[in-house]
Amino acid sequence: METFLSARHIVKRYAGHTALNDVGIDVPRGKIFGLLGPNGAGKTTLIRIINRITAPDAGEVLFDGRPLAAEDVMRIGYLPEERGLYKKMKVGEQAIYLARLKGLTHAEAKRRLTEWFERFDIMPWWDKKLEELSKGMQQKVQFIITVLHEPPLLIFDEPFSGFDPVNAERLKQEILRLKDRGHTVIFSTHNMASVEEICDEIALIDHAQVVLSGNVSEVKSRFRTGLYELTCTGPRLESEAGSYEVTAAHQVAGVDHYRLRKADALTNSELVALLAGRVEVRAFSELLPSMNDIFLKTVGGASAAPQQQKP
Amino acid sequence: MNKTLIIIQREFMTRVGKKSFILLTVLMPFIFAALIFVPVWLAGIKDGEQKTVVVVDKTGRYAGLFRDDASYRFVPAAAVTPDLRSDTSEVEAVIAITADLATHPAAVAIYSRTEVPSDLSSLAENVLSEQVRRDKLAAYNVQGLERIIDDVQGAAVDVRTVKWDETGRETASDTDLATVAGLLFTMLIYFFVLAYGGMVMQSVMEEKTNRIVELMVSSVKPFQLMMGKIVGVALVGFVQLIIWAGMVAAILGVCWHLFGLDPATAQEGAALTAANPAMTEAATDGSGEMMAALMNLPFAELGIMFVLYFVGGYLLYASFFAAVGASINAQEDSSQFIMPTTVVMIFGLYAGIYGAENPDGPLAFWSSMFPLTSPIVMMVRIPFSVPLWQELLSLALLYGTALLFVWLSGKIYRVGILMYGKKPTFKEMAKWLRYK
Repeated sequence: METFLSARHIVKRYAGHTALNDVGIDVPRGKIFGLLGPNGAGKTTLIRIINRITAPDAGEVLFDGRPLAAEDVMRIGYLPEERGLYKKMKVGEQAIYLARLKGLTHAEAKRRLTEWFERFDIMPWWDKKLEELSKGMQQKVQFIITVLHEPPLLIFDEPFSGFDPVNAERLKQEILRLKDRGHTVIFSTHNMASVEEICDEIALIDHAQVVLSGNVSEVKSRFRTGLYELTCTGPRLESEAGSYEVTAAHQVAGVDHYRLRKADALTNSELVALLAGRVEVRAFSELLPSMNDIFLKTVGGASAAPQQQKP
Repeated sequence: MNKTLIIIQREFMTRVGKKSFILLTVLMPFIFAALIFVPVWLAGIKDGEQKTVVVVDKTGRYAGLFRDDASYRFVPAAAVTPDLRSDTSEVEAVIAITADLATHPAAVAIYSRTEVPSDLSSLAENVLSEQVRRDKLAAYNVQGLERIIDDVQGAAVDVRTVKWDETGRETASDTDLATVAGLLFTMLIYFFVLAYGGMVMQSVMEEKTNRIVELMVSSVKPFQLMMGKIVGVALVGFVQLIIWAGMVAAILGVCWHLFGLDPATAQEGAALTAANPAMTEAATDGSGEMMAALMNLPFAELGIMFVLYFVGGYLLYASFFAAVGASINAQEDSSQFIMPTTVVMIFGLYAGIYGAENPDGPLAFWSSMFPLTSPIVMMVRIPFSVPLWQELLSLALLYGTALLFVWLSGKIYRVGILMYGKKPTFKEMAKWLRYK
């Protein structure tokens, strides 16, 4: 898998504390990369370094295989966590202005903007001042502005904050659509449910360091507990040393529900084959931990450890 | 299209398109005129009522000198009676003269239950001083004294000011007019630099607190953003100036038409006065003479210098204001930076006003060289003809300093706009200076 952006050994210190302490991430091309972590972990600082808004004290950022240069900011679309646009300026006018600053011509900006506005059904807002829109509407406008120049790298910092569930779902679909069209996305959040739905890779930052990173399913399997859920009919199952152990069982309307712990020696397929020979299997699934569990486990465990970085 | 141009375009269009800009631009000349004329007019209004003033003159020599006018009616009385002191008295004031003022100058006083109006006390002083002077002169027993005094009092000299041009030809000049012209340009520069510099600061701070600046610097270099803003706002200032110049020209045109004067005859007058001084005396029309002097002001020089000093002074102060706007987090924090700036500018304004009386004196000279005050002070001196080397030196110093300020402000600006709540240390600033 080709790496599109990679940050290496990034260190950023502020007067009182270290925001990033030897942080490294590798963002694969054409994937959605989740940058996770609790508040104040250093996510936004890292994003600002990638955007060349702040300079790192040490370390380097490689963009498309070479050191990040000033012109590269044209190839990045950035949705900051602290949203901000010109309050007194008309929506369409300001979107065109910002798009032109990202290198689009006036005509091209207008054409693409019309397309986006029509898709979002917000054409009537074109001539309204930004301050006349609700917060959610402003968010939509800002999202469009971020992606309008179709940059290869998109960075969304907490994109779902301030959206109602309907619009959050809409936004999620848009992000997935952008991925399908070949954009690489860095997605910073502490909303774990959305991570599972859209992220391919993650890095979890806590206390200025990357504490967990990798492919989402790979990370999940790293945290697998060996627990399975089985729904079946037939003779009653008992624990069997060397293959599985029944940890819970109950029966609803003649259907048995079991919770099993698999022995390490067995693969999933072997277990299914074993069970299929004894009962009529209706459903069988591995109980994988949710990203939320992993997050809590990793961050919770780390915060229990002595804190070194923060004053 | 260049990004700085796009920013300039936005800064310009959003300001010029505002209703408040159009309204203010049209109304400002009238507001200024009102500021000057309304106090004068108000001060000129008398309260209409004629007030009674009792004159108690023990010597009997002065009471007759007070003549009734629109404001006061003078009534002689023998003594200060108690009812004059009472609250119910209709009498505004009492002038009491107790002895011959030629020998006892302090033997007069004005009594009143309220503060004595200053016009009454100065009236009494004038009347009595005049009489005392006559009495003292009379004591020398000079023949035909009355006639001499009347003759002396009518005497006054009107000094005509004439300037030689390069070829030694006489041209009409008017010191007062030159002073007024210089001060007008000085005030314009002072006003514009403060108002538009403040506008730059406001706008920088707005972007910072709006947090849009984070989005902006992910598209453009902070220096482009700063310069775009400074230049865009300056263009707004120029448009405003041009509109005002047009309005003034229109108003003057109407005036000339109304008073039967037109620029052509004034120019003719200027030429005539130069050619034949006798004609000036024949021309009893004072306004014609003033027109001639007006026409002889170095307009081209004034215009060019105004633009040069305006641009230089604005660049210097606006870049400073931009750096301030970027460094602070709230409007309240601005005062500690703005105060010293305003003090320097007010000093420049005063140096300009006093410099008008002595345009080649050391105060005017040095403050017209010092770049922080030169745009304000030099404009006062130019109508009085400043040596070219001084103008060039002053401009060179101004532009050198302005460019230095722009460069330094650019550095501070790009550090400042992203610093929220935290005061940057010098070490961090040094790091930012190196960051490309």
